[in-house]
This record gives sequence, structure tokens and C-alpha cells, in this order.
Amino acid sequence: MRRVYAALAALVAAILVAIVAFFAVEAWPAIGLNGWHFLTHDVWDVGRQYGNPILRDGRLVLPGAHYGILFLIVGTLLSTAIAVVLAVPIGVLAAIFLAECIPAALRTWVSFFVEMLAAIPSVVFGLWGYIFLIPFLARHVFPWMAAHLGFLPYFGGATGSGYGLLTSGLVLALMIVPLVTSTVRDALVAQPHGLRDAALALGATRFETLRTVQLPGTRRAMTGSAILATGRALGETMAVLMISGNALNYLPTNIYSPISTMASFIVSQLDGALQDPTGMAVRALAEVALVLCLISVVVNSLARGLLYWQDRISSAWPA
Amino acid sequence: MTASAPPLNRKPQGLSLRRRLTDLLGWTACTVAFLVLAAAMTSILVGVARRGMGAMHWGLLTEITQGTGGGLLNAIEGTLVLAFGGLLLAVPLGVACGIYLAEFGQGKGAPTVRFLADVMVGLPSIVVGYFVYILAVEDLGWNFSVAAGSIALAIISLPYICRSSELAIRQVPQDLRNAARALGAGDNRVIFSIALPLALPAIFTGILLALAISVGETAPLLYTAGWSNYLWTGHLVREPIGYLTYAIWAFITEPFTEAHALAYAAALLVTLFVLIISVASRLALAASRRRLPHA
Repeated sequence: MRRVYAALAALVAAILVAIVAFFAVEAWPAIGLNGWHFLTHDVWDVGRQYGNPILRDGRLVLPGAHYGILFLIVGTLLSTAIAVVLAVPIGVLAAIFLAECIPAALRTWVSFFVEMLAAIPSVVFGLWGYIFLIPFLARHVFPWMAAHLGFLPYFGGATGSGYGLLTSGLVLALMIVPLVTSTVRDALVAQPHGLRDAALALGATRFETLRTVQLPGTRRAMTGSAILATGRALGETMAVLMISGNALNYLPTNIYSPISTMASFIVSQLDGALQDPTGMAVRALAEVALVLCLISVVVNSLARGLLYWQDRISSAWPA
Repeated sequence: MTASAPPLNRKPQGLSLRRRLTDLLGWTACTVAFLVLAAAMTSILVGVARRGMGAMHWGLLTEITQGTGGGLLNAIEGTLVLAFGGLLLAVPLGVACGIYLAEFGQGKGAPTVRFLADVMVGLPSIVVGYFVYILAVEDLGWNFSVAAGSIALAIISLPYICRSSELAIRQVPQDLRNAARALGAGDNRVIFSIALPLALPAIFTGILLALAISVGETAPLLYTAGWSNYLWTGHLVREPIGYLTYAIWAFITEPFTEAHALAYAAALLVTLFVLIISVASRLALAASRRRLPHA
């Protein structure tokens, strides 16, 4: 009987390995064709749809086909970086508020209210961004920022339509902040009371105690949840698809520029790629998926490793 | 708050101005951070509720989609069919995986399974959708279908169900297992008569969370379930099916008011559903904690 459970468990584990291996096989011809140019060029062109396929390096491709995803890598990394830079401090500060300023009886439900941000579906975030956030940012916030913060690098220049890098970063930050808040809050609440009381008895104020005694104890939880949040932001699809502007072959010039991310690019380009009679466009898109998979596996492994180290029989991470 | 904690408004005596200011600034920053999150959450909920209520009418729930108008009955049905289809596949496998990790988790394989399941939680959902698209929709020739969509959702919910079941079963006190074994019970007897019944409410909580995730997913369904204006006729393959999240994404960019109404109503339905499930799972978890004997 034990073997049956072991076999089923192995099947679950095998799915992840199967997905990564599958994309590697699927993308193999594209990997051979594109080489390192795939990562260093920023032109994605599936070629002339009605041209006769030509032979390049022993593979059939459409004339003019060129696959480079530098603009996607830049868009993905920059939007994630903005999201993490905003979400970690806000998440930690909000966690402190929840752990220290809210009575324990209310804490569960007050925390639940803000942490519900994690349960809101990605496409609803996209809708909210599309209807409320983008008009507000484009009309009021971005012009003000460009006028008053324009002296900072990349904050000046044309503010565009509101679809773009900063908008994506802001919405991604809201989507990942509950991960940080709930982890750090739990870690703060779990701190031994003796340490805190000792610091207070020595004359430290509540905030000094928090900063010098309680927060350092949550450092690993903070780092782990921040990396986990990074992984979440890297792979977000629908919200980014609806608010990023879906820039093609275009590197952002300032923080208001339209961008595209790897995950949202797969959605927006798969239909078009399927029209390629040589099939190379689909394989190149599989190569995008492979790169995304590998980044996500590395980032999540790092986070899990760190969190396991902290707590061997740690819980399943909440959604 | 324990009795030992000093009150927040304690008048500090003899503190330098700098220390007092730092304290004030620190607590203000914490409050502001919390308020920013609460404001964002409120804006999303109120925005979705207001637009959704404005668009909602009885016909939306009773009619199928016609072009970019009509109702959402097909999408509501599709969302439920796909979500339950996904659970049907993921629950037995996920709970079995959880049983293995909780009951036989001391072996060499268990840490690997645990680690891979956790990493899988972080896998972007579009990647899963693309994987199922090439494998099932193209290679197996299932086309856009309930089967392909359900498999994609099952892969996404599997790691959640597996890890939450493991946790639920672990919480059953070891003494109960030992007592059963002393009375001569075997592995299966211990699992099915002791561990599973006691862990059931907590396992159920995990399944509810997986259901909420399935209902809210869009990306993995776009290229597996497709979209259909019609009600499902019961075919598992070669028949596309509609779902609410697609209606949000596709209809909001149409230029017609009636299309926008569909998107708003769909957003309200999805958000309500996810909120209700999340609150229910919180309550179920609280109830299960009370029910379990304390170890």
C-alpha cells in the first residue's frame, strides 16, 4: 500500500520535471536556430507569412524570421523589480501594523481583509487597472511625477497613455504584497515575548524594540517571502497583459513606457505563431516558455531552500 | 495583546526629541502602509461591485452569450464544469500525495516530492496552459475542450491540494495513530479510520482554496478550453466551452456598452465567488482547529 502512495506522490512530482523537459524538447530546433541571439536581440519577427519557407541551418523557416526576446526579458525583470521594491517595504510595514497595533482578537479578520488581495483573480486586477487605475495615473499622477520628479533619471519625458512599466509594477506590487505581509506578520507574532520584554525593560521604546530586536528575527522570513513574491511577479500573465501596453520590439525609454513580459507575450502571440506553416514560431514561443520556466524554478527553489532552512516542517505556503 | 505589553500611548519620560520623532515616524509609516493596502482592496471591491451591480440583470444569469451581448449562462456553467473537472482529477491524486508525505514522509523520496510540489506552486499558469495546449489540444487532437481545460486546472491545483492535505493529516495527534496500531490496525486502517476522518475539515479547506484558484484562472484556459457562446453538450473533447474570466478579458476591450456590461457582471460573479470561498475556507479552518483534540 505504501508503494501505491509513493507512486502517486512521485507522479505529482514528475509533472514539474515533465513540463520543463517537454519545453526543452519542443524548443530544441528553435534553440539551435537562435543561439544566444535569442536572449540578446530585441527583434521578434515571425517572417513573411506568405513567403516560401527557406532553409537556414538545415531548418525550414519563413523569410525574414528573427527571434530575439531582449525586450521581453527587460520588461519582465524591470516590472518585477519595481513590484518587489514597492511591495517589500510596504508589506513589512503593514505586517508590523497588523502584528503590533491591532488587538489579537481582531487581527485574524483585519489581516484577512488585506491579504484577500492575493485571492483576487489576476484578470480582475487587470480590469481594475484598465478602468480605474490607468485613467487616474495617466491624467493626474504621471504628469505630476514627470513635472516634479523629472530630474530623476527615467522619471521625465513623455508619460504616454498610462499603459506601461510603472502601472504594471504598481499592480504587480499589490498582487504580491500579501505574501510578504502574511509571512512577516506570522514571524513577528511568533517571536518570543521574553526578548521584547527585556528590550522594553532596558528603556527602549516600542519602535526601537521592534527595529532592533523583533524585526532582525524575521529576516529570513522576509527574504524568503520576498524571493517567493519575485517568482509570483515574474510569471503573472493576465493583469500585465491588460495594462502593460504590450510593446513589441521596443525597449522602455522611461518608467512610463509600454512594455511586454514573457508570460503575457505567450498569450498575445500564440494565435499569430500558429499561422506559421514551418512551425518555427511556435517552437520559438516554446523557447520563451522554457526560459520563463527555468527562471521561475530557480527563483522558487531559492525561496523554498531559504524557508526550509528556517523551518524544517514548515507549512504549505498560503495562496 | 498580552498583559505584559505596555500601552501604546505610554507617555515616554525623558526621551530625547530625536527618539520620540523616530518612533512617531515609524508608527506613522506602518499605519500608512496598512492604509494603502486597505484602500487598494476597498477600491477593487467597491469598483467591481458598483460596475457589476449596474450591469447585472436577471437575463444575464438565464441567457447565453450572443455575439458580444446576451447573457453569461454558458460562461457560468463552463466555469463550474471546468473547476469541478479540475478538482475531480486533482483531489484524489493530491490527497494521495498528501497521505504519502504525512504518513510515510520520513523516507528518502519525501523531501524531493515536497520540494518539487512547492516549486510547482510558483510555476506561471500560462506555462501550464501552453504545455497542455501542445500536448492535448494539438498532439492528441482534443481541440479546445473540457478535458484539456480541466487537466490544465488540475495541474495548477495539485501542489496546493497535496501540501495542504499533508499539513492537515500531520495535525492529527500521533497518539491516536499509536493507539490504533496497538489495537492491531494496519496502515490502511490507520489512514482511513483515524487520520483522514479527523483531518477531513482541514483537507476540505485546501480543496476550497484550490477551487477558488480554479475559478479565478484565465491564462491556462485561453488555449485549452477556448470559448463558446453555447451551453455545454456534454462532450469531453472537441467541444470548446466558455468561462467567466474569459468574458472579463475579452469583452472589456470591445467598443460596445453591452459587451462591457458582460465583463463587469462576470467580474462581479467571479470576485463574489472567490470571496465567499475564501471566507468559507477560513471559517472551516477555524472550525477544524476547534474540533481536533489537542496533542
